[in-house]
Amino acid sequence: MVGGTTILPLELSGVIARVRGKQLLGPIDLTIGATGLTVVMGPNGAGKTTLLRVMHGLRRISGGTVNWAVEDGAARRKQAFVFQSPIMMRRRVIDSIAFPLILHGMDRKSAKIRAEDWAIRVGLGHVLQDWAPMISGGEKQKLAVARALISAPEILFLDEPCANLDGRSTREIEAVLKQAEHAGTRIVMATHNLGQARRLASDVIFVHGGKILEITPADRFFNEAKTPQAKAFVQGDIVE
Amino acid sequence: MDSISTGLMEAFRLILTLDSDLVEIVLLSLQVTVTAVAIASLIGLPLGAWLVVNRFRFRRLTISVLNALMGLPPVVVGLFVYLMLSRSGPFGVLGLLFTPTAMIIAQVIIVMPLIASISHQTIRDLWAEYHDLLISLNASHAQRIKVLLWDGRRALITAVLAGFGRAIGEVGAIMIVGGNIDHATRVLTTSIALETSKGNFAFAMGLGIILITVAIAVNLAIHTISKTERASTW
Repeated sequence: MVGGTTILPLELSGVIARVRGKQLLGPIDLTIGATGLTVVMGPNGAGKTTLLRVMHGLRRISGGTVNWAVEDGAARRKQAFVFQSPIMMRRRVIDSIAFPLILHGMDRKSAKIRAEDWAIRVGLGHVLQDWAPMISGGEKQKLAVARALISAPEILFLDEPCANLDGRSTREIEAVLKQAEHAGTRIVMATHNLGQARRLASDVIFVHGGKILEITPADRFFNEAKTPQAKAFVQGDIVE
Repeated sequence: MDSISTGLMEAFRLILTLDSDLVEIVLLSLQVTVTAVAIASLIGLPLGAWLVVNRFRFRRLTISVLNALMGLPPVVVGLFVYLMLSRSGPFGVLGLLFTPTAMIIAQVIIVMPLIASISHQTIRDLWAEYHDLLISLNASHAQRIKVLLWDGRRALITAVLAGFGRAIGEVGAIMIVGGNIDHATRVLTTSIALETSKGNFAFAMGLGIILITVAIAVNLAIHTISKTERASTW
């Protein structure tokens, strides 16, 4: 918990998400506890992104309930989301990182001091005054992570944050995520990168065809996956 | 061709001699147009953004009407404002008819839908980019509008300049509500209409060239101040 009342656990019960009559997700029953780094895994189109967006409240559900320990407005203020394609505001890097703090009422000077600190922490100290849309792909994703973490969220959702990044950028982002987890931020991250999941996950949610097939500690998932789909996925086989 | 070349020479003569009547007309043209565009922008830009971030019944209809109003016939607007401000009209008591204020009111009505409609289209694209981020950060509707207007400010200059272009070249409405009174409500466009009707084609052409020059100068000045077309800015 990062100050004040905790918003966790998050409980999903019988959650269904549909688009134009087509069921993308569910029914899902899931509890996200207060600690750990959960990795949501599964092949493309399995429903990882939809699940994260449902949990965060970005996608409306067609059925079931999503409940935080506190009312939704208070819960939303203690969450952050990093998108697969980082959204770059038409501002300088420092202003982009400071944006959530200014949006929620912090004075510009204090917000920029904290933004500079976060920029240095994620390795963006050299591009502070550059225009955010003009920096490299890896730098954009670091910016997105810094912007998400600057307001000290209690839970951070990340949707394939290292997709299309090289090894060095991936390692740097993973280091920041580990630091955030140690500082008490609950992390839920979607990825289909097995190596990354092995390095980071404390537990794994395996999604396939819009349904959760496994929720299990990471060690057990990688060594004793129960379902054929999960076993095939862990072995690097093609899962359809 | 003779009128055009004579007009060019007349334009140079008027500018070089700083003709006092010309200076007065140009300044009044700018005063009326800039004021009208400023007021129309204060209404139109937030309205365009508001229409993007809000979902309500009849939203599509509202946007369609706004788009249709871009082609509002100035003469009809002039007639409407004339009837509103004439002595027998509801606002006749204010005594605004045949004043620059009446011309500003007419121009605001003509230009505001244009600015709102163009800004709506511009901000709609930016909203598609920012939507998830601003929802995720729990930004209020007012904050969303503020962020979109600020981050889209350079693109929104196009909307304001389109409004300026329409207003500075407008003649029908301001002729009706302003009356083209010498030293009171005469502006560049109404002067051109008057001189043309009198057969002074060279002088009218001279004024026309000055009008175009003023419009280009204002556009250039705004682009320069706002640093558009530079690779390092957004």
